[in-house]
Amino acid sequence: MIQGIMPSTMKARNSIKGSGRRLLLISLAGLCATGFSAGVSAEYADVVLNRLSDKNDVRPVIFPHWFHRIRFRCKVCHNELGFEMRAGANEITMGKIIDGQYCGLCHNDEIAWGVDNCSLCHSGKHGLKTGIRGSNQTGGPGRW
Amino acid sequence: MKFKSRHLLFIVAVWSALQAQEVIWKSLSEDGLHDPENPAIELLQQPAEALSQLPPDTVGNRVLWNRALREQYIQPRTNIYPETKIEVIDMDIIMEKTGELPLVLFPHRPHTEWLDCTNCHDKIFVRKVDANPVNMFAILSGQYCGQCHGAVAFPLTECNRCHSVPRSTFTGKPGVQSRAN
Ligand code: HEC
Ligand code: HEC
Ligand code: HEC
Ligand code: HEC
Ligand code: HEC
Ligand code: HEC
Repeated sequence: MIQGIMPSTMKARNSIKGSGRRLLLISLAGLCATGFSAGVSAEYADVVLNRLSDKNDVRPVIFPHWFHRIRFRCKVCHNELGFEMRAGANEITMGKIIDGQYCGLCHNDEIAWGVDNCSLCHSGKHGLKTGIRGSNQTGGPGRW
Repeated sequence: MKFKSRHLLFIVAVWSALQAQEVIWKSLSEDGLHDPENPAIELLQQPAEALSQLPPDTVGNRVLWNRALREQYIQPRTNIYPETKIEVIDMDIIMEKTGELPLVLFPHRPHTEWLDCTNCHDKIFVRKVDANPVNMFAILSGQYCGQCHGAVAFPLTECNRCHSVPRSTFTGKPGVQSRAN
């Protein structure tokens, strides 16, 4: 699992001698990673969910971590409720939400307002890609 | 060599400080994500309204989330189902493979306040000291600590929050730290 997505720099690094050089590389990688965020203004850790939305002519969903973590610890969603910690990894559909799964575990008019408030969740611009925003460093090897 | 790494750390620090200055909480209609034409945008809470009330930080959400939790600015729920077991442990681990940089101190306590053991064990980390081939490249590409730091928890520009134990003052043994120290 881990080996499969190692950046190509991992292979190159074995030929680089000395920890100073290595530190240089890491710092540069860090700088590149932060450099990418300069133009991004989305709130840190917002998640865009657009596996199905655009295809079905509704706005993509924006999930704000900052708003939810004021109210719930990570363990509630990522352990109790079973959300995988990887943007795009959960096969969320509207049918499942109405059945009380995923967002529907809370957005059911009991813990939080219910599913009829379509445009509170479907609030994104068309064309956005699924993924975590406001950030950069977990974009994976492709980023740098 | 020593001079060089400090020099680099300095550049990184200055860079992140500069970044910190230019960004404030954007209003939702200008954040590049929310569609300003969506009438319901008015009903959503603006980040600035909630986050400016919490202990300030210079990166991420600009909130020191651990302090906010510890000092009860926020009281996020630990569970929804009454039968869910809540486990918090207080175990610090010192990780020493950091080249010339200060050692890494990983504190279980704040992590287990937010997270369940199964979020890390054994998906991200095997439950044994020194059993994980953690390194900075893997972290920067979103593995190990980088699965959360850089995504939801404070970003990886903050080297010294993890590399927090200077080599010159640390005389104990790496691994699990006993409380008596
Ligand atoms: C609690 C948040 C939430 C609410 C409220 C909500 N949705 Fe969704 N909806 C989602 C999520 C999350 C997805 C999956 C998004 C994706 O991956 O593109 C989704 C997917 C969809 C899809 C894609 C096709 C499918 O069947 O999954 C449609 C169409 C849709 N929603 C319509 C609606 C309509 C109409 C309403 C109001 C009656 C609504 N939604 C309310 C969160 C919500
Ligand atoms: C209210 C529910 C909820 C809470 C609370 C929550 N998350 Fe999430 N988290 C989500 C959802 C939904 C996603 C997106 C999943 C998807 O796209 O399939 C996500 C995605 C993630 C990801 C993946 C990001 C990536 O790079 O792909 C990480 C890491 C994460 N969360 C960490 C956290 C941490 C740490 C906390 C606590 C500080 C937290 N979450 C609290 C619901 C939650
Ligand atoms: C653990 C419970 C829980 C889960 C799971 C959850 N939410 Fe929420 N959500 C809440 C609560 C509570 C509120 C606040 C409701 C209120 O103010 O009445 C909320 C509010 C929101 C808001 C409005 C934020 C604002 O600015 O007012 C959005 C958007 C939202 N949720 C989207 C989602 C989406 C999308 C998902 C699924 C990917 C999801 N939520 C999953 C509990 C949850
Ligand atoms: C989220 C915590 C965290 C942050 C932030 C962090 N590191 Fe690390 N770093 C680690 C861990 C954990 C290790 C591995 C320690 C071990 O396995 O003993 C490590 C190892 C290293 C190493 C030596 C191993 C290698 O891969 O060469 C260097 C050099 C390093 N980090 C540099 C940095 C720099 C520079 C920054 C800031 C840009 C930084 N780190 C930020 C946690 C972090
Ligand atoms: C945020 C991630 C994270 C969470 C959550 C977490 N741990 Fe750990 N745990 C670690 C890391 C990192 C190590 C050190 C691994 C290494 O040195 O390679 C570790 C090591 C351990 C060890 C090994 C100590 C030894 O003597 O070798 C135990 C036992 C352990 N954790 C128990 C727990 C328990 C119990 C919980 C839940 C209450 C928990 N952990 C939650 C990250 C986590
Ligand atoms: C599963 C998610 C996750 C993983 C993996 C993770 N952390 Fe964290 N960490 C968090 C969250 C959430 C916080 C709370 C602060 C925040 O959100 O910025 C935190 C806070 C911290 C803090 C600050 C503690 C304090 O008292 O303020 C340190 C130091 C830290 N992490 C180091 C590490 C190191 C080192 C690793 C890897 C060995 C690691 N973390 C892995 C989620 C994670």
